Amino acid sequence: MTQTAWIIPFLPLLAFTMIVFFLRWKEKVASGFSIAMIVIDWVLSLIILAEALGRHGASYEAKILLTSFKTFNLELGILIDPLTAMMLVIVTTVGSCVQIYSLGYMKDDPRFSRFYAYLSLFLFSMLGLVLANNYFMIFIFWELVGLTSYLLISFWFEKKTAADAGKKAFITTRVGDLGFIVGLMLIAAYCGTFNYQGVFEKAASGTVPVGILTAAAIFIFCGAVGKSAQFPLHVWLPDAMEGPTPVSALIHAATMVAAGVYLVARSMPLFVTSADASMVVASIGLITAFIAASIGLVQNDIKRILAYSTVSQLGYMIMALGLYGYDTANGEHSAGYVAGTLHLMTHACFKGLLFLGAGSVIHAVHTNDIQEMGGLRAKQPRTAMTFMIASLAIAGIFPLSGFWSKDEIVASTAHHPLFFVLTLTIAFMTAFYMWRLCFLTFFGQPRNQHRYDHAHESPGTMTWPLVFLAALSVCAGWVALPWLEHGFSSFVYHGEPHHAEPEYLLMIVSTLVSLSGIGLAWLMYHRKAISADQVAAKFKPIYTLLYNKYYFDELYDLIIVRPIVNLGNKLWSFDANVVDGAVNGTAWLTVVWSDAKQWFDATIVDGAVNGAGWLVRQSAAGLRFLQSGTLQFYALFIAGLVAAIGLYRYFGISYTPTTTGLVTIFFLIGLIVLWYVSRSIWRRSTPAAAAEVEEHSVRVEDK
Amino acid sequence: MPIDLLSFVIFFPLIGALLLLLVPSKAQDTIKGVTLIVAFITMLLSFWVWAQFDEVASGMQLEVNIPWISSFGINYHLGIDGISLLLIVLTTVLTVLCVLASWWSVTHAVKGYFISMLVLTSGMIGTFCSLDLFLFYVFWEIMLIPMYFIIGLWGGPRRVYAAIKFVLFTMAGSVLMLVGILYLYFAYLGFSGERSFDLMRIMQMPIAYQAQLWLFGAFALAFAIKVPLFPFHTWLPDAHVQAPTAGSVILAGVLLKMGTYGFLRFCLPLFPQATITYLPYISVLAIIAIIYGALVSMVQRDIKSLVAFSSVSHMGFVMLGMFALNVQGLQGSILQMVNHGVSTGALFLIVGMIYERRHTRMIEDFGGLAISMPVFSTFFMIVMLSSIGLPFTNGFVGEFLILLGTFAANGWYATFAASGVILGACYMLWMYQRVIFGKITKPENEKLKDLSVRERVILIPLVVLIFWIGLYPSPFLNRIEPAVLKILEPFNKPKITQVITPDPPVMPNGQVVPGSGRNGEIK
Repeated sequence: MTQTAWIIPFLPLLAFTMIVFFLRWKEKVASGFSIAMIVIDWVLSLIILAEALGRHGASYEAKILLTSFKTFNLELGILIDPLTAMMLVIVTTVGSCVQIYSLGYMKDDPRFSRFYAYLSLFLFSMLGLVLANNYFMIFIFWELVGLTSYLLISFWFEKKTAADAGKKAFITTRVGDLGFIVGLMLIAAYCGTFNYQGVFEKAASGTVPVGILTAAAIFIFCGAVGKSAQFPLHVWLPDAMEGPTPVSALIHAATMVAAGVYLVARSMPLFVTSADASMVVASIGLITAFIAASIGLVQNDIKRILAYSTVSQLGYMIMALGLYGYDTANGEHSAGYVAGTLHLMTHACFKGLLFLGAGSVIHAVHTNDIQEMGGLRAKQPRTAMTFMIASLAIAGIFPLSGFWSKDEIVASTAHHPLFFVLTLTIAFMTAFYMWRLCFLTFFGQPRNQHRYDHAHESPGTMTWPLVFLAALSVCAGWVALPWLEHGFSSFVYHGEPHHAEPEYLLMIVSTLVSLSGIGLAWLMYHRKAISADQVAAKFKPIYTLLYNKYYFDELYDLIIVRPIVNLGNKLWSFDANVVDGAVNGTAWLTVVWSDAKQWFDATIVDGAVNGAGWLVRQSAAGLRFLQSGTLQFYALFIAGLVAAIGLYRYFGISYTPTTTGLVTIFFLIGLIVLWYVSRSIWRRSTPAAAAEVEEHSVRVEDK
Repeated sequence: MPIDLLSFVIFFPLIGALLLLLVPSKAQDTIKGVTLIVAFITMLLSFWVWAQFDEVASGMQLEVNIPWISSFGINYHLGIDGISLLLIVLTTVLTVLCVLASWWSVTHAVKGYFISMLVLTSGMIGTFCSLDLFLFYVFWEIMLIPMYFIIGLWGGPRRVYAAIKFVLFTMAGSVLMLVGILYLYFAYLGFSGERSFDLMRIMQMPIAYQAQLWLFGAFALAFAIKVPLFPFHTWLPDAHVQAPTAGSVILAGVLLKMGTYGFLRFCLPLFPQATITYLPYISVLAIIAIIYGALVSMVQRDIKSLVAFSSVSHMGFVMLGMFALNVQGLQGSILQMVNHGVSTGALFLIVGMIYERRHTRMIEDFGGLAISMPVFSTFFMIVMLSSIGLPFTNGFVGEFLILLGTFAANGWYATFAASGVILGACYMLWMYQRVIFGKITKPENEKLKDLSVRERVILIPLVVLIFWIGLYPSPFLNRIEPAVLKILEPFNKPKITQVITPDPPVMPNGQVVPGSGRNGEIK
């Protein structure tokens, strides 16, 4: 079966394609087909797991070349090792349960078929992600699960909150993916391949500088931070609860969000080369686990409490893996790797169950607010029972699954006192908020009688998956019983199989911590021996801070969202005013320059030309009177000339240039006087000529 | 003389345009029909070119070289490599879709419009085929005229301003290019004693570094305006927004590629040293364009101008990948040219479709279209995701290769550019949410008709391309690889590839470290 494992992702893809193209209007067939495919996948995964167990940890790899660039290949392939086999079983198990559960939960939804199509598409992407044998391929499916998560969160897109949440999830995880891409580039540049084995061999060979490996590991971890909703990118997961509850169970609790943990576990050979990168991972995990658990203490929305719980538990896993990397890099033994992967498995069971249980409750009372619930144990016995089993498991009560994995996590903090103390604190908080939730929902008196009266147990399609998952929540941890010779820790491991002796003291301490958390919740919310309101009032600032989720959303809105939108607006006006202004300014200058030239042309150049013409015309107009054909005028002219010469001679003025010039001037002045006189006479005598002159002068003025 | 295939593809639309002249302008259906048939046959011809193209051969193919104006050594020299091939096919496919998209939306002067479209097609194909600088310049300028009319006559309210701005802006750049071409002509005359505008010959001529700097500048300005590279981009939002749908599609899909194509065909091979010198400046401008375009996109209220500014951002990626000067970067860059043509073309078509229904493009006028137009919403979603660059769509392959190549050349460039990937998701998803998701708030949106058969026919080929390139890009990448290697030849190749894969590390005993060599075997 292992050789044909590539078929696993294609079955859900087939379901998706069939539903989209053929079965859209046949809801029953669509859902049935989709469920059949994932159940077959589940069986195949179990076979693969069995085969992997038979191979004793040896891995199987097959690949095809996608495209080659002389120096560099992009390939598609599958890698099946114990980690993959485990993930396959987790994904298909929860996937099957959720799909069957959705038959009841989504029953009357107008987009029922589409829901199954999206779920199938998600399972295709998730299984592809798990099976990938190289970083390029995991990135592709990584983005695809992001897309399906977006589609499913905003499934009820009429609700603005749902559409907002989908967008927020997509963009926030993309911020992490930016880091992932940079990590990929670093790997490509320094390892020359994306293939896991190739990269790890290269990392172990010591030819790549440690600084580069540290950077690559941290950048890849950025992807996990986004996908697994770790601090500081954890803000999208609680909002993602706007999606249908089965989606929250499958994608936002059991599988997709665990992809980040899977990525870190998968890249462990990279992290063990760098203690610094591992420390970053561990610290982020711890901070996340603490922040989320503390927020979970005071929330009232049933799904959001579970969401913060998920964030917190994912932080646990990440922390354990980080500590493993750190200890191993420093040459010490650590249980962290086994702890992280084991908790990934057990958490998928009980958190999937918790969400489906929450969905069953919401289905019954039509609200998410636990303050409006209460006493539902009587109305929903099966839901209540399974929910409580899961709550015991997550609290880490012996001998349920959560006990074993949490115990390993606590054990992995052995070398780090701060981590140890905080991990136990978080365990206490977890037990407390989970049981606060249980007591408020299922015990006591109904706080909203109307909702209580209409509540009812969910149909079998919804409760049987709960029972199945409850059984897993009880047993899943038993694969890691410390007394087993070939238990979980000798199957999924990194480096050498690591046999831990049972540490009874640790077990007792962590159980006591969990029990005290449950006990406090019991005192406050069941016995009412301690008033929750008084505690809240007493620690008002802390309560407000936690209730408002440390104001992360407000902070991000203030320091990221708004500045970016503002910057966009500023740049837009910069574009319109400055860049485009420069362009239009150039155009304007050209126009002004042209206008100036036009004026110069019309006034000065043309003026000179026209002026010359005008002068000629004027002088011509004057001179033509000299030859008007009027004999009297000629006579006068001759007489004047004779008189002038006569006077000249009479006074005996000698012919010097000066005198000649003077005489000429006087003569001309005389002529002009004569011209005016004669013109006025002539004008009065002939009206036609007067009109002509008039017209001429008008034309000149026009110019 | 038998007509060669390339000339046939180039001039067939022109012949069609002449044919249209004979059709009376009242016979609108005939005009549309003839145009569609001509465009369709042109597309088939370009497929034939694709089939004739030998994907492994290096160098120019289907060459034609006939003296044209022999006294100046001007030849009618055509030829294509993989880059031209992809762009030619893109052009002809988009043209058919544009004719279909203009079917009902163009109502006046129908004849002139379709003639312009066909002339434009000839000009575009000719530009991608020319190997003679003079011929290239002729085709380059010919394209301007029909585009000027398409924007100026059939465009939106500010069409005249936009058309004039578009033409003047482009002309300003191309005049300098003409000077550069003439310089090369005289330089070649001095170098070899022959008169020639032939690109292949001029490429053989060594050009002094100083001269390269000036010439690169002259050519680059013309191309940078066309791309458009920040800060020469402001003609683009105006032209895109004012142009009719088909005009925007051609503008974004093909005309912008002229700029990047010009860089590849002329700037890089002719002026390699200058390319190295200018590289950091152009890369930085490209990164500015990526981030700037995305940020400005984000705050647009008109969907069409949002898409227009997103073009600035996407073309920034194309430029960045090109100037990585390595195989991945260049292949990604060329593939991204096609991707941008497909995705942005589809986006403009989609915007056109809702504009025809509602006569508004303002985001705030929409909301809840998923309820009234589910098919439309699905197409929009696919196209949007391809524009964001989601895996399995074309955008991812291009962007990823570009980032890969850029990172090998300069890690910081790639890191900054990658932030554009986030911003791209922001503005697209935000716009999509406001247009498609939510409740229907405006009564006008309740009764909108979903896509007609014609509109589906327009979008389906683009969606097919989106997934084809996204899932199986090899047919495209293989065809551009020889061309890319050819372009990279003049550059210091060992230095560039070294960054990608260092030689297999050798251990002190002389053995190669296992697993560090090339890992390309297929099992």
